Amino acid sequence: MNFNEIFGTFGLQSTSFLFQLLIVLVKIAVVIAITMLHVAYATYFERKVIGHMQVRVGPMRVGPHGLLQPIADGVKLFFKEDIIPSNADRTVFQIAPLVAVFATLSSLAVIPFYDIFYIANINVGILYIFAMSSLGAYSLIMSGWASNSKYSFLGGLRSTAQVVSYEIAMAFSLVSIMLMAGSMNLIEIVQAQQQYWYGMYLIPQFVAYIVFLIAMLAETNRTPFDLPEAESELVAGYFVEYSGMRFALFFLGEYIGMIVMSSLAVVCFWGGWTVPPILLKFIPQLAIVPGIVWFILKVYFHIFLFYWIRATLPRYRYDKLMALGWKILIPVALANLVVTSIIKYIY
Amino acid sequence: MTPGSYIPTEYFPVLVLILVSIAFGLGVILIGGLVRLKRPYKEKLTPYECGNPMVGAPREQFSVKFYIIAMLFVVFDVEAVFLYPWALVYEDIGLYALIAMILFIDILLAGYVYAWQKKAFDW
Repeated sequence: MNFNEIFGTFGLQSTSFLFQLLIVLVKIAVVIAITMLHVAYATYFERKVIGHMQVRVGPMRVGPHGLLQPIADGVKLFFKEDIIPSNADRTVFQIAPLVAVFATLSSLAVIPFYDIFYIANINVGILYIFAMSSLGAYSLIMSGWASNSKYSFLGGLRSTAQVVSYEIAMAFSLVSIMLMAGSMNLIEIVQAQQQYWYGMYLIPQFVAYIVFLIAMLAETNRTPFDLPEAESELVAGYFVEYSGMRFALFFLGEYIGMIVMSSLAVVCFWGGWTVPPILLKFIPQLAIVPGIVWFILKVYFHIFLFYWIRATLPRYRYDKLMALGWKILIPVALANLVVTSIIKYIY
Repeated sequence: MTPGSYIPTEYFPVLVLILVSIAFGLGVILIGGLVRLKRPYKEKLTPYECGNPMVGAPREQFSVKFYIIAMLFVVFDVEAVFLYPWALVYEDIGLYALIAMILFIDILLAGYVYAWQKKAFDW
């Protein structure tokens, strides 16, 4: 089988195929570069925000106002030794961080940053993000089991149980969005929200948004649901034994996961890159602001929310965490779904 | 369209991103391998247990609750999977879809109440 035949199966001629591949690769390079820069500065932003909330100043030493701190951290991690414990399962131990970063990074494929900039426009956008975030659970259980350490094992078990429990509530809250939009395609969901004068599903689906927000915190293992890495009892949870670049990959996975979940919240509940039509009617000048600006502002609002909640709330107890997920969020999300479908039938 | 003639070209960028993200993870580790230290010794390679020598095996018995949660997860997640296509075609089917879904959720609710009564959600 020659070159043309292989790519012919994609329904493309080799020249146009290579051209398309180039476009896709450039888009991916842009998205990954921005995401990495964002992750680096999200850590800086987090330390600064939490520092000021706790009446400290945060990082100040490296560069003006500590602005070079994330670069220094990254360079430092590159030079750190990659320790693999002697009784760990070497292969699984080494693969787990790759799965963590792969699961969240590949979710970026379907996020519509604005109407003309996205990597892929597929009809099963939400389903794809769910599939990839479920894959993320493998990295938790793999690292927890393969490290062969008590802290990792307990942390891995806890986080897997937590992530799968909250995934159900998250899925139900997004089913009502699919019901309203009649589509799983994230671009069509954004466009469907434009038919309302307020231009977002946040208002009719407020209950689903609250459920999604809580499940989003639990899915990304952030405070107040950071039990997997509860440092006062489990040291660091499933990645206790990791160091250097492999630790950095887990960290990267967590922060990219935050971006993906925030983007999903923005696309499904906040109207993505669009401005509410009512606002546009009163202030028509807003139309000249590019969509990407709105998208980034909305995403950063959610990321700020993550930090704000982290600085405000103490950690949940594990039994309460499970009770919240199973006894409150799932029934509320289901009831919301039934009510939504009845209202949609009546209208 | 005859079966098998559909080629999902719109999924191609997804495939490329999946390959790129695997390559990214591997690349970061391999490049790091060129510059980082490697000085292992026996104490450094023992599992972390707050500085004490390791006691017992880490992979011991753990709470049966985790199994119950795993089983419940499968039930509920499969239910959610049934709801996705239902939500997409709801407008076309209308009242029939509404009644069918309410019956479906009722059956599931019976199981949910049973699990609650059996204290499956209590730790």
